[in-house]
Amino acid sequence: MKAKRYAYYPGCSQHGTAAEYEVSARAVADKLGITLVEVEDWSCCGSTPAHTVDHVLYGALAARNLALAEQMKLDTMVTPCPSCLIALKSARVMAQDKEHLQELRELIDLPLKGTIEVKSLLQVIFEDIGLEALTAKVKQPLTGLTFAPYYGCILTRPPQLAQFDDAENPVSMDKIIAAVGANAPDFPFKTECCGAAFGLAKRQIVQTLSAKVLAAAEAIAADAIVVACPLCHQNLDLRQEQVNAFRGARSRMPVWYITQVVGLALGFSPHEMGLDKHAVASDAILAKWETHLKEHAQ
Amino acid sequence: MPGMEAKELRVVGFLCNWCSYGGADTAGVSRFKQPTDLRIIRVPCSGRVDPLFVVKAFMEGADGVLVSGCHPRDCHYAEGNFYARRRLEVLKRFLPFMGIDPGRFAYTWVSASEGARWQHVVTDFTAQVHALGSRRTFGEGGAGNAGTR
Amino acid sequence: MRIGVFVCHCGTNIGGMVDSHQVAEAAKQFPHVVYATDYLYTCSEPGQLQIQTAIKEQSLDGVVVAACSPRMHENTFRRTIERAGLNRYMFDMANIREHCSWIGEDKEANTRKATELVRMAVAKVANHAHLHSSLFDVNKRVLVLGGGVAGMQAALDCADGGLDVILVEKKTSVGGRMAQLDKTFPTVDCSICILGPKMVDVAQHDKIKLYTYAEIDEIKGYVGNYTAKIRKKAPYVDWTKCTGCGLCMEKCPSKQSFDYHNEGIAVTTAINIPFPQAIPKKAKIDPAYCRQFTKGKCGVCAKVCPVKAINYEMEDEIVTEEVGAIIVATGYGLLDIGELGEYGAGRYPDVITGIQYERMLNASGPTQGHVQRPSDGEEPKRVVFISCAGSRDASLGRPYCSNFCCMYIAKQAILTKDHVPGVEVYVFYIDIRSPGKGYEEFTRRAQEEYGVQYIRGRVSRVFPQGKRMMVKGVDTLLGAQMEIEADLVVLGTAATAAPGAQELAEKLRISYDGYGFYMESHPKLRPVETNTSGVFLAGACQGPKDIPASVGQGSAAASKVLALFSKDQLASDPQIALVNERRCIGCFKCQDTCPFGAIEERELRDGQKVAHVIETVCQGCGLCTSTCPPGAIQLQQCTDNQIIAEVEALCQAWKQRS
Repeated sequence: MKAKRYAYYPGCSQHGTAAEYEVSARAVADKLGITLVEVEDWSCCGSTPAHTVDHVLYGALAARNLALAEQMKLDTMVTPCPSCLIALKSARVMAQDKEHLQELRELIDLPLKGTIEVKSLLQVIFEDIGLEALTAKVKQPLTGLTFAPYYGCILTRPPQLAQFDDAENPVSMDKIIAAVGANAPDFPFKTECCGAAFGLAKRQIVQTLSAKVLAAAEAIAADAIVVACPLCHQNLDLRQEQVNAFRGARSRMPVWYITQVVGLALGFSPHEMGLDKHAVASDAILAKWETHLKEHAQ
Repeated sequence: MPGMEAKELRVVGFLCNWCSYGGADTAGVSRFKQPTDLRIIRVPCSGRVDPLFVVKAFMEGADGVLVSGCHPRDCHYAEGNFYARRRLEVLKRFLPFMGIDPGRFAYTWVSASEGARWQHVVTDFTAQVHALGSRRTFGEGGAGNAGTR
Repeated sequence: MRIGVFVCHCGTNIGGMVDSHQVAEAAKQFPHVVYATDYLYTCSEPGQLQIQTAIKEQSLDGVVVAACSPRMHENTFRRTIERAGLNRYMFDMANIREHCSWIGEDKEANTRKATELVRMAVAKVANHAHLHSSLFDVNKRVLVLGGGVAGMQAALDCADGGLDVILVEKKTSVGGRMAQLDKTFPTVDCSICILGPKMVDVAQHDKIKLYTYAEIDEIKGYVGNYTAKIRKKAPYVDWTKCTGCGLCMEKCPSKQSFDYHNEGIAVTTAINIPFPQAIPKKAKIDPAYCRQFTKGKCGVCAKVCPVKAINYEMEDEIVTEEVGAIIVATGYGLLDIGELGEYGAGRYPDVITGIQYERMLNASGPTQGHVQRPSDGEEPKRVVFISCAGSRDASLGRPYCSNFCCMYIAKQAILTKDHVPGVEVYVFYIDIRSPGKGYEEFTRRAQEEYGVQYIRGRVSRVFPQGKRMMVKGVDTLLGAQMEIEADLVVLGTAATAAPGAQELAEKLRISYDGYGFYMESHPKLRPVETNTSGVFLAGACQGPKDIPASVGQGSAAASKVLALFSKDQLASDPQIALVNERRCIGCFKCQDTCPFGAIEERELRDGQKVAHVIETVCQGCGLCTSTCPPGAIQLQQCTDNQIIAEVEALCQAWKQRS
């Protein structure tokens, strides 16, 4: 089967704090028969405070990337990051309006059509690949492990823009986790906010909100939280020590990217998936999995 | 609004009594401002509109003709608008043969409760006709038998 | 022809944006116009007298009124000219208010437009012909669809007025939603105690023929002469024998059937009588759960039935009823709460709907009136109500208010306090809507006397926290986020159109709004009529409504039917199609096109076959007119010539304009 080609917009996190998301995403895509063609000369998606200042400029930042992707003659652009996703999708909606389209074209000085489809990597795995094809490629099922699927606040919102899954009770990650053989119990905090970019400006907000997410994951006896967003990962993993201090807990809850979960099941090693790059170590959960696999083999 | 800036053009509308005429009434009751070019002829059903009425209006010098009925499946007479749709779609394809820009003709569905939609339909269609201009300026004849040179 | 033109100012409604006087002056120049004038309110008594005087003094034989929409006052003015001795159809209106003065911002352009509209109307009237209604017989029987409180009230009022009534109810018992309720607001009366006698009256009235467990297959005909095909669904129990003893329910081994009457918070037997007060009290088998149907063997009920009423081979039966009018009272549905993912309804057992809670509060309900958590049967210590669950939310496509939730939540909050000593009750609300007699006092009582905590704000999420449910919301008055741990969460679920409402509307040829609720003829002045003559609405099928409003509408619809049937014959609308037999070539394309089957074949004396319109069946759509190749069939009052005359008059005006 010929690999389907997607224009790939990594976004800034993928080249920095979320390097392991990038590595695992590319590896998983490759294994699942998707070719990710990185958009050449891509620039910031505009997911900055810019949108509170000037909507058109915010749109133009993302629109430049849309225009570059359109030049690649591919029908869909995929991004692993929900913030980028919303920025790109917003620009695409803005470009449907004739007047705005003209403004955007003038600002970016590139031909822009606003026709290219934008999807999250999660959506591509869930809809374009499909659960059946995914299950068929599982080499080492993640049996015995329990994950808390955490979608974050913007992956499915606003629903008119996201056009994916149920906005209030999404289930795509739950089903993917189940497809690779692990448990995904009902996680009530799956679409709550982690505090996002307030980590810098008002740390207490992140501490309050992320503390609740971590506590909720512990409450359902999860071995790890699964995310699809670099910012969620940062708050839950990198800041887990801070959050622990704030809530007076000693939690050591690993936070994995959904691509890492899928990658492990597809046969990659934890190291290949960058699981050793997290702030919170995954030793315990990996050991648990190994024990399970051994028991299973016997 | 186009009707205000430029000279008023000659636009006729054939509206079914139950939905679109009511929709135009609703727009009026809600004071939704519209261009003043349109003159409405009330018919019981969009299916009553003989395509020749539209042709006649163009012959008499109309710059634009609009037909509006109930939404499909919501016809007061069960299926009249389906007949209208078929006839008017055929008519639309014949207009270029008569030397009339198909952009001067439109048919649409507006229900009695859709006042705002009616406002948009009238505003957009009038603007569309204004963009094409008055037919007389092209020497197609305003009076008498236009289009049959 | 001598036509008079009367231009209305409608106070400043028209006069402010159209120079009515100038329109009248211009009209004097139009062909056929012999008299034209303007008046402040043409529809007022002196305004109408002015028309009548002019008809006599000026010997007018046609009248044009330029005023509001003909949908508003056409009939008013038709009666006016009829009183002055003119044929009522020698009349037309130019709509210079809704289509002109109210929508145009340029008085000069508006005045020109109004003048042209008058000119078109004059041209049309000049081509008008005298039309005369003919009379046809009325079948004075009425069909009522829906045996809820609105339908029962309509049926009883019609029957008391001496009409024969056919009442069709989808379920096996009449009673509708009200039969599910425990108490009614604001009096906290026992619902079934006040409804029960009405149900008995319906069953025992010698003028009412009751079909329960039945639905409409087809409706044909027109006002005065409808034919309805009613499908009596097979209950698999011979109701002529069934005594309602309930022995079959005691012995039925399939005890896990869905209990519709209790909204799924309990289970029932596959053969069941829905509730003790059911009327008629007859058993029905639910084939989805009955072992005889699912497994092919059981037959317990057939063995135990003392009157041998069980018949597994029973099939649906179609009966035909001829009626003259139809009252639609099919009620409302409730939102599938699974749509509200954030409240976890459908996933968490302790999040339930208002109607489920109502069944729980009911003494003859599954818990005998004890408030219990569905998860573990424990008595809740804290109950949280969430109003507007799915209503007033444009993002869910339901921006409307469901009307009665605020009030039943107040009632249920009070009942909770009565049933469970020491319970804490919280209500999240957007606004408290209590605009009925005694309603505001009632919601205040809930707060002040019973100490129900009302929190103004919406709930963003409900999730389990240990054994309890955590309700996360906002208090917009305090400007603070709130989290309340609750034992039980009750949703004020949105009311929706009844399932199947749109299919029924298409059978009845009535229209419905974007949410599936039936459209009344006029929102203010014709609230129970539809645009289909002889079909009336009552109750929540037209929009969410509480009990008094539904009962009021039931009586209103009944009074409309009684007025309609006060005459033995009805006058037909003469604005129908007419065949010019000399031009008809007998192709019968009109017959193929007519949606109402109003065209029949008629043989002339020379043996030629021509089309003929059945006057009482023709609805006046004019589809045939635009289909007829030689133009032999013409819709009266809207002939080809008349429409072309309007177009030509407009053209004359255009020519003069440039």
